[in-house]
Amino acid sequence: MTEIIKTDALIVGAGPVGLFAVFELGLLDIKAHVLDILPKIGGQCSELYPEKPIYDIPGFPTITGQGLVDNLMKQIEPFSPTFHFNEQVEQLESIGTPAAPLFRVRTNGELTFEARVVIIAAGGGSFQPKKPPVPGIEAYENISVFYAVRKMESFRGKRVLIVGGGDSALDWSLNLAPIAERVILMHRRDEFRAAPHSVNAMRELVAAGKMDLTLGQMTGLKGEGGQLSAVTVKANDGSIYDIDCNRMMPFFGLTMKLGPIADWGLNLHENLVPVDTEKFETNVPGVFAIGDINTYPGKLKLILSGFHEAALAAQKANRYIFPDKKVVFQYTTSSSSLQKKLGVG
Amino acid sequence: MVKITFIDAAGQSRIVEAEEGSTVMEAAIRNDVSGIEAECGGACACATCHVYVDDSWLEKLPKAESMEEDMLDFAYDVRPASRLSCQIRVTAEIDGLVLHTPEQQG
Repeated sequence: MTEIIKTDALIVGAGPVGLFAVFELGLLDIKAHVLDILPKIGGQCSELYPEKPIYDIPGFPTITGQGLVDNLMKQIEPFSPTFHFNEQVEQLESIGTPAAPLFRVRTNGELTFEARVVIIAAGGGSFQPKKPPVPGIEAYENISVFYAVRKMESFRGKRVLIVGGGDSALDWSLNLAPIAERVILMHRRDEFRAAPHSVNAMRELVAAGKMDLTLGQMTGLKGEGGQLSAVTVKANDGSIYDIDCNRMMPFFGLTMKLGPIADWGLNLHENLVPVDTEKFETNVPGVFAIGDINTYPGKLKLILSGFHEAALAAQKANRYIFPDKKVVFQYTTSSSSLQKKLGVG
Repeated sequence: MVKITFIDAAGQSRIVEAEEGSTVMEAAIRNDVSGIEAECGGACACATCHVYVDDSWLEKLPKAESMEEDMLDFAYDVRPASRLSCQIRVTAEIDGLVLHTPEQQG
């Protein structure tokens, strides 16, 4: 039995809106744990467009996705939230009452939380590896087709086909080349998105005959009982051929899937969580949904809307967590108690 | 308004009107063109608005920039005529453009 982590608030999703929720809760003395399926903070801002400018954050004529995340981290520093990465919530169980909610939350990484309120700030859902749309690939997954490397040893002596042109594809080609029987890297064109030094290192290995590079796109898989024997490839000149291999790793980036949220007993509408616009609470009292994951009449999927939703959800969370506390609305510009919490008073 | 024809994988064709200055992806989404998903909303970050440019238009469209080529790596069944429709700007010059939507988006 693992230890139960007790917290006032559990925030699901470490994107900009989840991070700002830490701030709004923090001003109300509510401590938060934050979890994310990615190995880092920032959600879509860091994963999809770290270098791309955003023009509609109030007060910032232009700011990059990563810049916004870095600023938010600085802003929430006084509240020292605890982050849990590579964690996906699998189960959410209500063990309280509507007036005094309490939730037991379990993750795929075997963490268990007990939270007074749960704030879902999961954006478009959880990031998961994009599967190449090759018929029947599911039968091979986790037997001979892998989307991540858990143990390098399991590739020793194997013929490994790695597909893709980004950093993951190149890094694993370089790492596995010395231990695999053969590494074959396949990409649709002879240009790579990966870091230039990895591309150079790969080209050197190819020139030295220590690995292969082939250009084309995967169209089919051959094998039996989940054990891959060959991958069918369409070359850029239209010719079709097979590559013999017994392990394959496709690296086609990440996609967003709603994931287990669908099983938490929340009302859903077209893969979004309906909320009211007073408290941004779901049909389950004590469970809030803010940012891109929620829906209500007039919803705009803007980061700034998510910030507003975080502030109002925090107000209601405050009433659940401190039912006897007198609610006094305060401004950070003038309230000495808020400034003390922010470490500027 | 600029007219754009979308032909789906089954051969069904549809003509939509697009506003100059918008993108082809936006015109497709506004008109519910099937086969265009545009998960990321036009940030050139997802490759789910993949289209094939009709042969008759291949020479007339500006070529994809490297950011778009990088993102096309994530699309399914990429061909020489592949483009991401969020990166095609609607101008008077492309009036009558013909695009084919793929069997599936990534």
